[in-house]
Amino acid sequence: MSPYFGGSLSVWGSVLTVFMLALSCGYLIGGRLSEGQPELKTYAFFFIVAAVASLPIVFFADGIMRPIFMAIEDPRYGSLIASVFLFFMPTTILGMISPYSIRLLVEHEDHSGKIAGQLFFVSTFGSALGTLGTAFYFVLWFDVNEILSGTMMALMIVGVAIFTLDVTARRPQ
Amino acid sequence: MKQILILLCGIVLLTPLYAQTIHEERSVYRDITVTERFGRRCLLFNVHRGDRNQTCIFTDGSSRLVFDYTKMSFAGLLLKPDPKRVLIAGLGGGTIPLVLSELFPSASIDVIEIDESVARVANEFFFFEETDLMRVHINDARVFIKRAALKEEKYDYIVLDAFSGDYIPEHMLTQEFLEEVKQVLTPDGVVVANTFSTSRFYDHESVTYQRVFGELYNFKLPTSGNRIILTQLEPLPDIGLLTERAVQLAPQLGKYGIPFLSYPEKLSSQVDWDMSRRVLTDQYSPSNLLRDN
Repeated sequence: MSPYFGGSLSVWGSVLTVFMLALSCGYLIGGRLSEGQPELKTYAFFFIVAAVASLPIVFFADGIMRPIFMAIEDPRYGSLIASVFLFFMPTTILGMISPYSIRLLVEHEDHSGKIAGQLFFVSTFGSALGTLGTAFYFVLWFDVNEILSGTMMALMIVGVAIFTLDVTARRPQ
Repeated sequence: MKQILILLCGIVLLTPLYAQTIHEERSVYRDITVTERFGRRCLLFNVHRGDRNQTCIFTDGSSRLVFDYTKMSFAGLLLKPDPKRVLIAGLGGGTIPLVLSELFPSASIDVIEIDESVARVANEFFFFEETDLMRVHINDARVFIKRAALKEEKYDYIVLDAFSGDYIPEHMLTQEFLEEVKQVLTPDGVVVANTFSTSRFYDHESVTYQRVFGELYNFKLPTSGNRIILTQLEPLPDIGLLTERAVQLAPQLGKYGIPFLSYPEKLSSQVDWDMSRRVLTDQYSPSNLLRDN
Protein backbone atom coordinates (compact mmCIF):
# COMPACT_ATOMS: atom_id res chain seq x y z
CA MET A 1 0.00 0.00 0.00
CA SER A 2 2.77 2.45 0.86
CA PRO A 3 4.13 2.83 -2.68
CA TYR A 4 0.86 4.53 -3.59
CA PHE A 5 -0.50 5.96 -0.37
CA GLY A 6 2.53 6.27 1.88
CA GLY A 7 3.05 5.07 5.40
CA SER A 8 1.14 7.71 7.28
CA LEU A 9 -1.00 6.89 10.27
CA SER A 10 -4.20 7.25 8.25
CA VAL A 11 -3.06 4.54 5.86
CA TRP A 12 -2.58 2.13 8.74
CA GLY A 13 -5.97 3.19 10.02
CA SER A 14 -7.61 2.44 6.67
CA VAL A 15 -6.13 -1.02 6.39
CA LEU A 16 -7.09 -1.97 9.94
CA THR A 17 -10.59 -0.53 9.57
CA VAL A 18 -11.27 -2.57 6.45
CA PHE A 19 -9.99 -5.75 8.10
CA MET A 20 -12.18 -5.24 11.15
CA LEU A 21 -15.21 -4.38 9.05
CA ALA A 22 -14.71 -7.39 6.82
CA LEU A 23 -14.22 -9.73 9.76
CA SER A 24 -17.37 -8.48 11.46
CA CYS A 25 -19.37 -9.05 8.27
CA GLY A 26 -17.78 -12.47 7.90
CA TYR A 27 -18.74 -13.48 11.43
CA LEU A 28 -22.33 -12.50 10.76
CA ILE A 29 -22.56 -14.33 7.44
CA GLY A 30 -20.67 -17.40 8.72
CA GLY A 31 -22.95 -17.67 11.72
CA ARG A 32 -25.98 -17.36 9.50
CA LEU A 33 -24.77 -20.06 7.12
CA SER A 34 -24.06 -22.43 10.00
CA GLU A 35 -27.76 -22.64 10.81
CA GLY A 36 -29.62 -25.77 9.79
CA GLN A 37 -27.41 -28.49 8.38
CA PRO A 38 -23.77 -27.35 8.48
CA GLU A 39 -21.52 -29.32 6.18
CA LEU A 40 -17.79 -29.94 6.10
CA LYS A 41 -17.89 -29.46 2.36
CA THR A 42 -19.16 -25.89 2.76
CA TYR A 43 -16.53 -25.36 5.42
CA ALA A 44 -13.76 -26.56 3.11
CA PHE A 45 -15.18 -24.29 0.44
CA PHE A 46 -14.59 -21.22 2.68
CA PHE A 47 -10.86 -21.90 2.77
CA ILE A 48 -10.59 -22.47 -0.96
CA VAL A 49 -12.64 -19.41 -1.89
CA ALA A 50 -10.66 -17.26 0.57
CA ALA A 51 -7.43 -18.39 -1.08
CA VAL A 52 -8.80 -17.59 -4.54
CA ALA A 53 -10.19 -14.23 -3.39
CA SER A 54 -6.72 -13.32 -2.12
CA LEU A 55 -5.10 -13.82 -5.51
CA PRO A 56 -5.63 -10.19 -6.63
CA ILE A 57 -3.46 -9.03 -3.71
CA VAL A 58 -0.52 -10.80 -5.29
CA PHE A 59 -1.31 -10.47 -8.98
CA PHE A 60 -3.31 -7.29 -9.50
CA ALA A 61 -2.31 -5.06 -6.59
CA ASP A 62 -0.74 -2.45 -8.90
CA GLY A 63 -3.60 -2.64 -11.36
CA ILE A 64 -6.08 -2.00 -8.57
CA MET A 65 -4.15 0.68 -6.70
CA ARG A 66 -2.98 2.75 -9.66
CA PRO A 67 -6.41 3.90 -10.88
CA ILE A 68 -7.46 4.62 -7.29
CA PHE A 69 -4.29 6.64 -6.77
CA MET A 70 -5.04 8.58 -9.96
CA ALA A 71 -8.67 9.21 -9.07
CA ILE A 72 -8.36 10.12 -5.40
CA GLU A 73 -5.90 12.78 -4.32
CA ASP A 74 -6.27 12.30 -0.56
CA PRO A 75 -4.18 9.30 0.56
CA ARG A 76 -6.58 8.66 3.45
CA TYR A 77 -9.53 7.88 1.21
CA GLY A 78 -7.31 6.40 -1.49
CA SER A 79 -5.93 3.83 0.92
CA LEU A 80 -9.38 3.17 2.36
CA ILE A 81 -10.88 2.41 -1.06
CA ALA A 82 -7.85 0.39 -2.12
CA SER A 83 -8.07 -1.66 1.08
CA VAL A 84 -11.71 -2.38 0.37
CA PHE A 85 -10.91 -3.68 -3.11
CA LEU A 86 -7.90 -5.71 -2.03
CA PHE A 87 -8.79 -7.06 1.39
CA PHE A 88 -12.53 -6.92 1.98
CA MET A 89 -13.57 -10.06 0.10
CA PRO A 90 -10.91 -12.50 1.35
CA THR A 91 -11.11 -11.21 4.91
CA THR A 92 -14.91 -11.50 4.98
CA ILE A 93 -14.69 -15.11 3.85
CA LEU A 94 -12.01 -15.83 6.43
CA GLY A 95 -14.25 -14.29 9.08
CA MET A 96 -16.94 -16.82 8.18
CA ILE A 97 -14.72 -19.67 9.30
CA SER A 98 -14.82 -18.98 13.07
CA PRO A 99 -18.57 -19.17 13.73
CA TYR A 100 -18.91 -22.05 11.33
CA SER A 101 -16.15 -23.93 13.17
CA ILE A 102 -17.98 -23.48 16.45
CA ARG A 103 -21.17 -24.86 14.96
CA LEU A 104 -19.30 -27.88 13.61
CA LEU A 105 -17.45 -28.53 16.84
CA VAL A 106 -20.24 -28.03 19.34
CA GLU A 107 -22.10 -31.29 19.92
CA HIS A 108 -23.89 -30.26 23.04
CA GLU A 109 -24.83 -26.80 24.19
CA ASP A 110 -23.28 -27.46 27.63
CA HIS A 111 -19.85 -27.39 25.99
CA SER A 112 -20.48 -24.52 23.66
CA GLY A 113 -18.70 -21.96 25.86
CA LYS A 114 -15.65 -24.14 26.25
CA ILE A 115 -15.44 -24.87 22.53
CA ALA A 116 -15.87 -21.21 21.64
CA GLY A 117 -13.14 -20.35 24.14
CA GLN A 118 -10.78 -22.91 22.65
CA LEU A 119 -11.50 -21.67 19.17
CA PHE A 120 -10.88 -18.04 20.07
CA PHE A 121 -7.68 -19.17 21.75
CA VAL A 122 -6.42 -21.02 18.70
CA SER A 123 -7.33 -18.31 16.22
CA THR A 124 -6.00 -15.38 18.21
CA PHE A 125 -2.89 -17.24 19.29
CA GLY A 126 -2.26 -18.13 15.66
CA SER A 127 -2.68 -14.47 14.68
CA ALA A 128 -0.14 -13.50 17.32
CA LEU A 129 2.40 -16.03 16.05
CA GLY A 130 1.78 -14.99 12.46
CA THR A 131 2.28 -11.32 13.29
CA LEU A 132 5.46 -12.00 15.21
CA GLY A 133 6.87 -14.30 12.57
CA THR A 134 6.12 -11.85 9.76
CA ALA A 135 7.38 -8.73 11.49
CA PHE A 136 10.55 -10.29 12.91
CA TYR A 137 11.64 -12.84 10.35
CA PHE A 138 9.56 -13.42 7.23
CA VAL A 139 10.08 -9.90 5.86
CA LEU A 140 13.81 -10.54 6.18
CA TRP A 141 13.69 -13.88 4.38
CA PHE A 142 10.99 -13.45 1.75
CA ASP A 143 9.30 -11.02 -0.64
CA VAL A 144 5.95 -9.72 0.52
CA ASN A 145 4.31 -11.63 -2.33
CA GLU A 146 6.05 -14.83 -1.32
CA ILE A 147 4.66 -14.50 2.20
CA LEU A 148 1.17 -13.86 0.82
CA SER A 149 1.42 -16.76 -1.63
CA GLY A 150 2.53 -19.01 1.21
CA THR A 151 -0.52 -18.05 3.22
CA MET A 152 -2.83 -18.68 0.27
CA MET A 153 -1.20 -22.01 -0.38
CA ALA A 154 -1.76 -22.97 3.24
CA LEU A 155 -5.44 -21.99 2.97
CA MET A 156 -5.79 -24.02 -0.21
CA ILE A 157 -4.12 -27.08 1.33
CA VAL A 158 -6.30 -26.92 4.43
CA GLY A 159 -9.42 -26.50 2.30
CA VAL A 160 -8.60 -29.44 0.05
CA ALA A 161 -7.61 -31.57 3.06
CA ILE A 162 -10.95 -30.95 4.77
CA PHE A 163 -12.75 -31.70 1.53
CA THR A 164 -10.96 -35.03 1.04
CA LEU A 165 -11.46 -35.92 4.67
CA ASP A 166 -15.16 -35.29 4.27
CA VAL A 167 -15.38 -37.39 1.12
CA THR A 168 -13.42 -40.35 2.55
CA ALA A 169 -15.37 -40.25 5.81
CA ARG A 170 -18.61 -40.57 3.91
CA ARG A 171 -17.61 -43.40 1.60
CA PRO A 172 -18.04 -46.36 4.02
CA GLN A 173 -21.63 -45.42 4.77
CA MET B 1 44.08 19.85 20.29
CA LYS B 2 43.03 16.29 20.96
CA GLN B 3 41.84 17.20 24.43
CA ILE B 4 39.74 20.02 23.08
CA LEU B 5 38.19 17.63 20.60
CA ILE B 6 37.38 15.13 23.30
CA LEU B 7 35.89 17.89 25.40
CA LEU B 8 33.81 19.08 22.46
CA CYS B 9 32.59 15.57 21.76
CA GLY B 10 31.72 15.21 25.42
CA ILE B 11 29.68 18.39 25.33
CA VAL B 12 27.91 17.30 22.17
CA LEU B 13 27.06 13.93 23.69
CA LEU B 14 26.01 15.23 27.04
CA THR B 15 24.06 18.24 25.87
CA PRO B 16 20.80 16.38 25.26
CA LEU B 17 21.04 14.81 28.70
CA TYR B 18 21.34 18.04 30.62
CA ALA B 19 19.54 20.29 28.27
CA GLN B 20 16.65 22.36 29.39
CA THR B 21 13.39 21.51 27.74
CA ILE B 22 11.63 24.53 26.32
CA HIS B 23 8.87 22.79 24.43
CA GLU B 24 7.29 19.37 24.38
CA GLU B 25 4.46 18.06 22.29
CA ARG B 26 3.05 14.79 21.22
CA SER B 27 2.21 14.54 17.56
CA VAL B 28 0.42 11.63 15.92
CA TYR B 29 3.80 10.19 14.95
CA ARG B 30 6.13 10.92 17.82
CA ASP B 31 7.06 12.91 20.86
CA ILE B 32 8.67 16.17 19.86
CA THR B 33 11.00 17.91 22.27
CA VAL B 34 12.82 21.21 21.86
CA THR B 35 15.74 21.73 24.22
CA GLU B 36 18.16 24.52 24.84
CA ARG B 37 21.56 24.42 26.46
CA PHE B 38 25.09 25.69 25.86
CA GLY B 39 23.84 28.11 23.26
CA ARG B 40 22.15 25.49 21.11
CA ARG B 41 18.53 24.81 20.53
CA CYS B 42 17.76 21.29 19.43
CA LEU B 43 14.81 19.39 18.03
CA LEU B 44 14.51 15.82 19.29
CA PHE B 45 12.11 13.04 18.38
CA ASN B 46 11.13 10.38 20.91
CA VAL B 47 13.70 11.53 23.43
CA HIS B 48 12.72 8.84 25.93
CA ARG B 49 13.84 6.19 23.53
CA GLY B 50 17.24 7.83 23.39
CA ASP B 51 17.12 9.02 19.80
CA ARG B 52 19.49 11.58 18.45
CA ASN B 53 18.95 15.24 17.81
CA GLN B 54 17.17 15.87 14.55
CA THR B 55 18.27 19.45 14.15
CA CYS B 56 20.23 21.92 16.26
CA ILE B 57 20.80 25.61 15.77
CA PHE B 58 22.97 28.12 17.59
CA THR B 59 20.91 30.60 19.56
CA ASP B 60 23.39 33.47 19.31
CA GLY B 61 22.00 34.39 15.91
CA SER B 62 24.97 32.90 14.11
CA SER B 63 24.32 31.26 10.78
CA ARG B 64 26.81 28.48 11.48
CA LEU B 65 25.38 25.00 11.16
CA VAL B 66 25.75 22.63 14.09
CA PHE B 67 25.90 19.17 12.57
CA ASP B 68 28.37 17.71 10.14
CA TYR B 69 25.72 15.88 8.20
CA THR B 70 23.75 19.06 7.61
CA LYS B 71 26.89 20.74 6.32
CA MET B 72 27.78 17.68 4.27
CA SER B 73 24.43 17.71 2.50
CA PHE B 74 25.47 20.93 0.79
CA ALA B 75 28.07 18.94 -1.13
CA GLY B 76 25.16 18.48 -3.54
CA LEU B 77 26.03 21.98 -4.74
CA LEU B 78 29.27 20.59 -6.11
CA LEU B 79 27.22 18.62 -8.62
CA LYS B 80 24.54 21.24 -9.16
CA PRO B 81 25.91 24.67 -8.22
CA ASP B 82 22.85 26.69 -9.29
CA PRO B 83 19.64 24.90 -8.23
CA LYS B 84 16.39 26.46 -9.41
CA ARG B 85 13.79 23.94 -8.30
CA VAL B 86 14.50 22.18 -5.04
CA LEU B 87 12.65 19.26 -3.45
CA ILE B 88 13.37 18.31 0.13
CA ALA B 89 11.85 15.23 1.74
CA GLY B 90 11.84 15.73 5.50
CA LEU B 91 11.69 19.18 7.11
CA GLY B 92 13.04 18.63 10.62
CA GLY B 93 14.05 22.01 11.99
CA GLY B 94 14.13 23.38 8.47
CA THR B 95 17.85 24.20 8.38
CA ILE B 96 18.59 22.84 4.92
CA PRO B 97 15.72 24.63 3.14
CA LEU B 98 16.47 27.86 5.02
CA VAL B 99 20.11 27.89 3.97
CA LEU B 100 19.23 26.98 0.37
CA SER B 101 16.67 29.78 0.21
CA GLU B 102 19.24 32.25 1.51
CA LEU B 103 21.84 31.08 -0.98
CA PHE B 104 19.44 30.96 -3.92
CA PRO B 105 16.69 33.49 -3.26
CA SER B 106 15.06 32.94 -6.65
CA ALA B 107 14.93 29.15 -6.37
CA SER B 108 11.57 27.56 -5.65
CA ILE B 109 11.70 25.06 -2.81
CA ASP B 110 9.15 22.35 -2.04
CA VAL B 111 9.57 20.75 1.37
CA ILE B 112 7.58 17.63 2.16
CA GLU B 113 6.93 16.79 5.78
CA ILE B 114 4.57 14.09 6.96
CA ASP B 115 4.09 15.50 10.44
CA GLU B 116 2.16 18.75 10.80
CA SER B 117 3.49 19.27 14.29
CA VAL B 118 7.08 19.23 13.06
CA ALA B 119 6.23 21.99 10.60
CA ARG B 120 4.71 24.06 13.41
CA VAL B 121 7.68 23.53 15.71
CA ALA B 122 10.15 24.42 12.93
CA ASN B 123 8.26 27.64 12.46
CA GLU B 124 7.94 28.51 16.12
CA PHE B 125 11.36 27.52 17.43
CA PHE B 126 13.72 27.26 14.46
CA PHE B 127 12.95 30.43 12.51
CA PHE B 128 11.59 28.51 9.56
CA GLU B 129 9.12 30.49 7.56
CA GLU B 130 7.34 29.65 4.37
CA THR B 131 7.52 32.16 1.55
CA ASP B 132 5.94 32.38 -1.89
CA LEU B 133 8.81 30.36 -3.23
CA MET B 134 9.39 28.03 -0.28
CA ARG B 135 6.43 25.85 0.56
CA VAL B 136 5.89 23.04 3.04
CA HIS B 137 3.58 20.24 1.92
CA ILE B 138 2.16 18.01 4.62
CA ASN B 139 2.28 14.65 2.91
CA ASP B 140 4.16 11.39 2.64
CA ALA B 141 7.17 12.13 0.43
CA ARG B 142 6.66 8.99 -1.62
CA VAL B 143 3.11 10.01 -2.46
CA PHE B 144 4.14 13.59 -3.23
CA ILE B 145 6.93 12.49 -5.56
CA LYS B 146 4.70 9.98 -7.35
CA ARG B 147 2.17 12.75 -8.02
CA ALA B 148 4.88 15.16 -9.08
CA ALA B 149 6.06 12.54 -11.57
CA LEU B 150 2.53 12.19 -12.96
CA LYS B 151 2.34 15.96 -13.43
CA GLU B 152 5.74 15.74 -15.13
CA GLU B 153 7.26 18.17 -12.70
CA LYS B 154 11.03 18.33 -12.56
CA TYR B 155 13.46 19.27 -9.82
CA ASP B 156 17.16 19.90 -10.20
CA TYR B 157 18.12 19.48 -6.54
CA ILE B 158 16.50 16.71 -4.52
CA VAL B 159 17.37 16.13 -0.88
CA LEU B 160 16.19 12.90 0.74
CA ASP B 161 16.31 13.45 4.47
CA ALA B 162 13.21 11.72 5.82
CA PHE B 163 13.88 10.21 9.19
CA SER B 164 11.64 9.36 12.05
CA GLY B 165 14.05 9.37 14.91
CA ASP B 166 16.66 6.81 13.92
CA TYR B 167 14.38 5.11 11.48
CA ILE B 168 14.07 5.67 7.74
CA PRO B 169 10.62 4.86 6.33
CA GLU B 170 11.19 1.67 4.34
CA HIS B 171 9.08 2.66 1.36
CA MET B 172 11.56 5.46 0.73
CA LEU B 173 14.54 3.17 0.36
CA THR B 174 13.37 0.95 -2.43
CA GLN B 175 14.36 0.66 -6.05
CA GLU B 176 10.84 1.63 -7.13
CA PHE B 177 10.96 4.79 -5.02
CA LEU B 178 14.31 5.80 -6.46
CA GLU B 179 12.94 5.20 -9.97
CA GLU B 180 10.18 7.66 -9.13
CA VAL B 181 12.73 10.14 -7.82
CA LYS B 182 14.61 9.71 -11.07
CA GLN B 183 11.48 10.64 -13.01
CA VAL B 184 11.24 14.04 -11.33
CA LEU B 185 14.96 14.76 -11.67
CA THR B 186 16.21 17.07 -14.44
CA PRO B 187 19.04 15.69 -16.59
CA ASP B 188 21.57 17.93 -14.84
CA GLY B 189 19.96 17.63 -11.38
CA VAL B 190 21.42 16.02 -8.30
CA VAL B 191 20.04 13.68 -5.66
CA VAL B 192 21.42 14.15 -2.16
CA ALA B 193 20.49 11.39 0.30
CA ASN B 194 21.34 11.57 3.95
CA THR B 195 21.60 8.11 5.48
CA PHE B 196 23.74 5.86 7.68
CA SER B 197 27.31 4.74 7.23
CA THR B 198 27.17 1.58 9.29
CA SER B 199 25.49 -1.84 9.51
CA ARG B 200 24.47 -4.39 6.92
CA PHE B 201 21.90 -1.94 5.73
CA TYR B 202 24.72 0.14 4.19
CA ASP B 203 25.41 -2.60 1.65
CA HIS B 204 21.78 -3.09 0.69
CA GLU B 205 21.17 0.63 0.34
CA SER B 206 24.30 1.22 -1.73
CA VAL B 207 23.44 -1.65 -4.05
CA THR B 208 19.94 -0.21 -4.52
CA TYR B 209 21.17 3.30 -5.37
CA GLN B 210 23.74 1.84 -7.70
CA ARG B 211 21.12 -0.22 -9.50
CA VAL B 212 18.99 2.86 -10.16
CA PHE B 213 21.55 5.59 -10.75
CA GLY B 214 24.68 3.74 -11.73
CA GLU B 215 27.59 5.69 -10.37
CA LEU B 216 27.42 7.50 -7.07
CA TYR B 217 29.56 9.64 -4.88
CA ASN B 218 29.79 8.55 -1.29
CA PHE B 219 30.60 11.23 1.24
CA LYS B 220 31.64 10.16 4.71
CA LEU B 221 33.48 11.93 7.49
CA PRO B 222 35.13 10.18 10.41
CA THR B 223 33.31 12.57 12.77
CA SER B 224 29.82 11.65 11.58
CA GLY B 225 27.83 8.43 11.67
CA ASN B 226 25.97 9.66 8.62
CA ARG B 227 26.92 9.39 5.04
CA ILE B 228 25.68 11.39 2.14
CA ILE B 229 24.98 9.78 -1.21
CA LEU B 230 25.32 12.12 -4.18
CA THR B 231 24.21 11.05 -7.59
CA GLN B 232 22.81 12.33 -10.86
CA LEU B 233 21.67 11.14 -14.26
CA GLU B 234 24.66 12.56 -16.10
CA PRO B 235 28.08 11.00 -15.58
CA LEU B 236 29.60 12.25 -12.35
CA PRO B 237 31.95 15.23 -12.77
CA ASP B 238 35.62 14.64 -12.01
CA ILE B 239 37.40 15.98 -8.99
CA GLY B 240 38.90 18.86 -10.98
CA LEU B 241 35.51 20.33 -11.82
CA LEU B 242 34.29 19.71 -8.27
CA THR B 243 37.26 21.62 -6.87
CA GLU B 244 36.64 24.48 -9.28
CA ARG B 245 33.04 24.73 -8.12
CA ALA B 246 34.07 24.43 -4.49
CA VAL B 247 36.38 27.43 -4.92
CA GLN B 248 33.54 29.44 -6.47
CA LEU B 249 30.99 28.59 -3.80
CA ALA B 250 33.17 28.47 -0.70
CA PRO B 251 32.95 32.21 0.09
CA GLN B 252 29.15 32.09 0.22
CA LEU B 253 29.13 28.97 2.36
CA GLY B 254 31.77 30.17 4.81
CA LYS B 255 29.30 31.94 7.05
CA TYR B 256 27.47 28.67 7.65
CA GLY B 257 30.68 27.08 8.87
CA ILE B 258 30.75 24.67 5.96
CA PRO B 259 34.38 23.69 5.14
CA PHE B 260 33.45 23.48 1.49
CA LEU B 261 36.97 23.50 0.07
CA SER B 262 37.81 20.30 1.87
CA TYR B 263 34.81 18.43 0.47
CA PRO B 264 35.73 17.49 -3.12
CA GLU B 265 38.62 15.24 -2.14
CA LYS B 266 36.45 13.44 0.39
CA LEU B 267 33.88 12.33 -2.17
CA SER B 268 34.51 8.78 -3.22
CA SER B 269 33.05 6.92 -6.16
CA GLN B 270 34.71 3.71 -5.04
CA VAL B 271 32.51 0.69 -4.35
CA ASP B 272 33.15 -0.15 -0.69
CA TRP B 273 30.09 -2.26 -0.14
CA ASP B 274 29.18 -5.88 -0.63
CA MET B 275 27.83 -6.01 -4.18
CA SER B 276 26.19 -9.38 -3.61
CA ARG B 277 23.61 -7.89 -1.24
CA ARG B 278 20.02 -7.90 -2.33
CA VAL B 279 18.46 -4.77 -3.86
CA LEU B 280 15.75 -3.26 -1.65
CA THR B 281 12.39 -3.27 -3.41
CA ASP B 282 8.77 -2.61 -2.52
CA GLN B 283 8.57 -6.38 -2.14
CA TYR B 284 11.65 -6.68 0.01
CA SER B 285 12.55 -3.80 2.30
CA PRO B 286 13.18 -5.01 5.84
CA SER B 287 15.49 -2.04 6.15
CA ASN B 288 15.09 -1.39 9.81
CA LEU B 289 15.64 -5.02 10.70
CA LEU B 290 18.81 -4.93 8.64
CA ARG B 291 20.13 -2.03 10.64
CA ASP B 292 20.39 -4.15 13.76
CA ASN B 293 22.51 -6.79 12.10
